[in-house]
Amino acid sequence: MDFSYEQVAVFAQQSGLLYFFLIFAAICVYALWPKNKAKFDHAAQIPLEED
Amino acid sequence: MVSNRHGATNMTALRAKPLMSLEEIGYTVFLGLLFLYCVLAAGKAVDPGFAFHATLGAIASAAGIFLIVRSYIDRDGRVEPDEINGKPNYNLGPVKFASIAAMFWGIAGFSVGIWIALELAFPLLNLDLPWTTFGRMRPLHTSAVIFAFGGNVLLATSFYVVQRTSRARMPGLVTPWFVILGYNMFIVIAGTGYLLGIGQSKEYAEPEWYADLWLTIVWVAYLLIFLATLWRRKEPHIYVANWFYLAFIVTIAMLHIVNNAAVPVSFFGSKSYVVWAGVQDAMVQWWYGHNAVGFFLTAGFLAIMYYFVPKRANRPVYSYRLSIIHFWALIFLYIWAGPHHLHYTALPEWASTLGMVFSVMLWMPSWGGMINGLMTLSGAWDKLRTDPVLRLLVVSVAFYGMSTFEGPLMSVKAVNSLSHYTDWTIGHVHSGALGWVGYVSFGALYCMVPWIWGKRDVYSLKLVDWHFWISTLGIVLYITSMWVSGIMQGLMWRAYTELGFLQYSFVETVEAMHPYYVIRAMGGILFLIGALIMAFNLYMTIRHGEAEKPAADVALAPAE
Repeated sequence: MDFSYEQVAVFAQQSGLLYFFLIFAAICVYALWPKNKAKFDHAAQIPLEED
Repeated sequence: MVSNRHGATNMTALRAKPLMSLEEIGYTVFLGLLFLYCVLAAGKAVDPGFAFHATLGAIASAAGIFLIVRSYIDRDGRVEPDEINGKPNYNLGPVKFASIAAMFWGIAGFSVGIWIALELAFPLLNLDLPWTTFGRMRPLHTSAVIFAFGGNVLLATSFYVVQRTSRARMPGLVTPWFVILGYNMFIVIAGTGYLLGIGQSKEYAEPEWYADLWLTIVWVAYLLIFLATLWRRKEPHIYVANWFYLAFIVTIAMLHIVNNAAVPVSFFGSKSYVVWAGVQDAMVQWWYGHNAVGFFLTAGFLAIMYYFVPKRANRPVYSYRLSIIHFWALIFLYIWAGPHHLHYTALPEWASTLGMVFSVMLWMPSWGGMINGLMTLSGAWDKLRTDPVLRLLVVSVAFYGMSTFEGPLMSVKAVNSLSHYTDWTIGHVHSGALGWVGYVSFGALYCMVPWIWGKRDVYSLKLVDWHFWISTLGIVLYITSMWVSGIMQGLMWRAYTELGFLQYSFVETVEAMHPYYVIRAMGGILFLIGALIMAFNLYMTIRHGEAEKPAADVALAPAE
């Protein structure tokens, strides 16, 4: 099975685009998911809590 | 490590002395081997510069072994506890050292910057000596301000912030000091090398192969101790500032290794050849160069913003969700922006266009960060009037917004054809470097120095005010003169007569720029005066600052 440079390049570019886009979409969903709000509100307070 | 001298160090005591820890033994053996290599290399060196650096390396390794052994004897089997009275016992010694080192290198780097600015205006000032030519002094300036000043600020704040937000003491007896002292040793090797004419022709990556290898070792230790501190955290969530620090540490490691891949001509000589060639080398260089901007000068200092702005304003960050999204957007986009440094070169046009498009897209995550920083102040804007430290921090974020707007603009090919190779680039870099990186570092040091030395606040807020206004005036002079000079230079280069000849010779453009070079040097002098005021203020804070309210908080100021 021989692949040409073109075939490999197209596969790498398209799957790379898809891969990065999906990861980023997942991050946005995670960040905006309503249930996570309480967690983030707490996290934002971390520097302000005295220890 | 240094001040741990309380308690008896009676060597004649009959009780058995506990053995050195594995960590201490490991570093002693490593530094011992390094010492032997350095002595050998100094003897067999093929060029005098390398012999000098090998000697420095031998002295530093021996000093390192001495410090490890002395602290082992001093601590007499005791180890600093992780907690005192249920409160974390933070390791602040290395943070203090790096804070002072940052101030020292900052003043050195700003001074060299003024000198070379004056050399451009009055070329006689290069003294006609090889060591003080612009070509050697310029990397000395850039490395001193970016890696020595900025690097020490990042080391100090990252060690402080990761411990505080994890509520855990940094592990390790030797490693934190190895990272701080080893990094500063790299700076000394790099800086003296430039003056002696040792260097590879890669911008912002000038140090030769042996300095690069040393930095790699130090950097891996830095990554490991940062991760180990996160690993010990009491706080379930990793605070966003630590994400930015981690991105900075990991990416710089990757960039440094790939860009500096080189083959030394001899293991006993300073010269090496980079493995990349031609346009690939140019692309690797600017992939490195722009991501040094993105992950060192941006991600690292955004980490500082995400800790110190909320802390100083005493308000949580405006939107934690935005911080997550803009963090990942920044990470995904920055890495592709490098080709905009190579418009209209041998680089294929598609790569050049790709770099431009990603640079323009970068505008969004950059401004996401700026908005998040500025809006943290919402409802507390009045504090800007009374607190000059907060003003430094907020103005730094404003400069960040301004230079991250200018950057994408300049990456557009049509604009770049005017701006590239002109002083406009220098002006752009300095609005980011002086305004953003400089001010956020100053703000962080003004906050952190009193905290780590257990003082109530800085010695004089009035002096901070003076620092702020004098250096702001300096920045304004610097940026505006470079805008005018750069755009004029670009327009003069592309001016044609009606017969199709170039209208100006090169030297005419140089002559036209002279007054702006003088103004720029004046701006630099004002910026340095501000930094000198700051150094005095911090010195007085450490020496004579009013102590933080005693009792109750004793555990906050552990015996170092």
